[in-house]
Amino acid sequence: MISANLLAVFYLISGVLFILALRGLSSPETSRQGNLYGIIGMGIAIGVTILSVGNFSTGFFLLLLFLLIGGSIGAFIAFKIPMTAMPELVAGFHSLVGLAAVFVAISAFLNPEVFNLGSQGNINIASLIEMSLGSAIGAITFTGSIIAFLKLRGIMSGSPITFFGQHYLNLFLGLALIGLIFYLCKTQHGNLFWTLIVISFVIGILLIIPIGGADMPVVISMLNSYSGWAAAGIGFTLENTALIITGALVGSSGAILSYIMCKGMNRSFFNVILGGWGATEDASKKGSKEQKPVKGGNADDAAFLMKNASSVIIVPGYGMAVAQAQHALKEMVDALKKNGVKVSYAIHPVAGRMPGHMNVLLAEANVPYDEVFELEEINNDFANCDVAYVIGANDVTNPVAKSDPQSPIYGMPILDVEKSKSVLFVKRSLSPGYAGIDNDLFYRDNTLMLFADAKKMTEDIIKSLN
Amino acid sequence: MEIDPFIFRLSIFILSIFVGYYVVWSVTPSLHTPLMSVTNAISSVIIVGAIIAALAGDTNEVFNTASLFGYLGILLAAVNIFGGFLVTQRMLAMYKKKKKKDK
Repeated sequence: MISANLLAVFYLISGVLFILALRGLSSPETSRQGNLYGIIGMGIAIGVTILSVGNFSTGFFLLLLFLLIGGSIGAFIAFKIPMTAMPELVAGFHSLVGLAAVFVAISAFLNPEVFNLGSQGNINIASLIEMSLGSAIGAITFTGSIIAFLKLRGIMSGSPITFFGQHYLNLFLGLALIGLIFYLCKTQHGNLFWTLIVISFVIGILLIIPIGGADMPVVISMLNSYSGWAAAGIGFTLENTALIITGALVGSSGAILSYIMCKGMNRSFFNVILGGWGATEDASKKGSKEQKPVKGGNADDAAFLMKNASSVIIVPGYGMAVAQAQHALKEMVDALKKNGVKVSYAIHPVAGRMPGHMNVLLAEANVPYDEVFELEEINNDFANCDVAYVIGANDVTNPVAKSDPQSPIYGMPILDVEKSKSVLFVKRSLSPGYAGIDNDLFYRDNTLMLFADAKKMTEDIIKSLN
Repeated sequence: MEIDPFIFRLSIFILSIFVGYYVVWSVTPSLHTPLMSVTNAISSVIIVGAIIAALAGDTNEVFNTASLFGYLGILLAAVNIFGGFLVTQRMLAMYKKKKKKDK
């Protein structure tokens, strides 16, 4: 129905539209239009593919039916999901891309004639390698994302699971994969292909279980990247430009996000991936268990301090998401603004469980995005600010990262909260954060600890302000 | 000597990685979550492979093992396409600028 050349041109157009979709995200104003480009690109890709196949028999109606069912499920989830659950949603979606890649690869392996890859038992070697890589990465993405989903959802404990010889087992399985692909090319034996997929499923699980909860921003970005490489692998097999372009875009996007997240924690990518962090720090925790004086306060004290301040900086963290405190926070800020207080928000790159997690939550609570600042933009302002209100963040404010070379978080860029005149620290107890180290900030003279649930405390402060 | 078409595809791939690299660095950090959901949606373009797998086979036989995997692929990718784009849309709609001058 459509010539192969015309088809390729259309795929190229949708690839370009996808690039524009990402380009749009450089500012919130252009982002909505960018998303529209993405939707058009997807529509073109699907439309021309259906036309090129030109099969409008029963199968076509089944296709529409499956599109409708899948689309309704997707749309339902998209409208129902609370913004705080965004990390697990994205992890869940990654797993679907991974599994879809595996399915397409299986289908191509079973019926290579359809894709012009040769015949069964006699598939072109190059296609076979591409197919194997695509399905292996897809399978790893699938199970890895499922584990990430379970951890984020709290169904599985967020603490790292490690065992003796873990890295050697992974290494062995990785080598086994290469060996399998080699023999698969030689013998074209179906069982080798199935084994390859099963081993990849196992690797996906093993890769993610040793990684702890607060390292999830890196894991999600990494799986995002993997889903892209899997798509690209399948794109090579199917000789499809749209898939190759998209796979490369998504792959590099995820890789950049992983890099940004690692830099935000001052850790190397391999340090995160090899995992087990947070479990080995028990020793340092015990060492600093002596009682140090802490100043505790209540909502009235906090309200008094902030009301009389001229500028306040809010530092949100994962705890705000857990307590769903973003709306109460916005209300508190509005009350402060009525009193003539200048308020801004400071966001650490790794606050929350995925890149940009805090920004989305604040946007949901109607906080204008030009009041929200990144670490580099706002860090100098703490010195001139009267009150820093830390809600649900911990490790990212710990001054130890600057002063103690022995500390596991030494060198991590932190928000200079301790420089402000006074610090209000909302926290349920004095327990250490994810890194398992005591926060020096708790014991400073200018720190007032507010021991309560983040949402409850914020609401009490509002009452006290009015 | 003729150039293998694989080399052309490889060129597209490598150049796209570079395009992706520069485009993604220009994405503002506050939109990193929508970036992840939209990349997730567009990577579901893998649905084109699933469509071919489902429809291009023997037309007399609607279901065989190969086409069945194609239909399953369509189902999964469709969840992702609709879910991914719509949730991105929903998120982006929330990003607002300060109204005039705040009182």
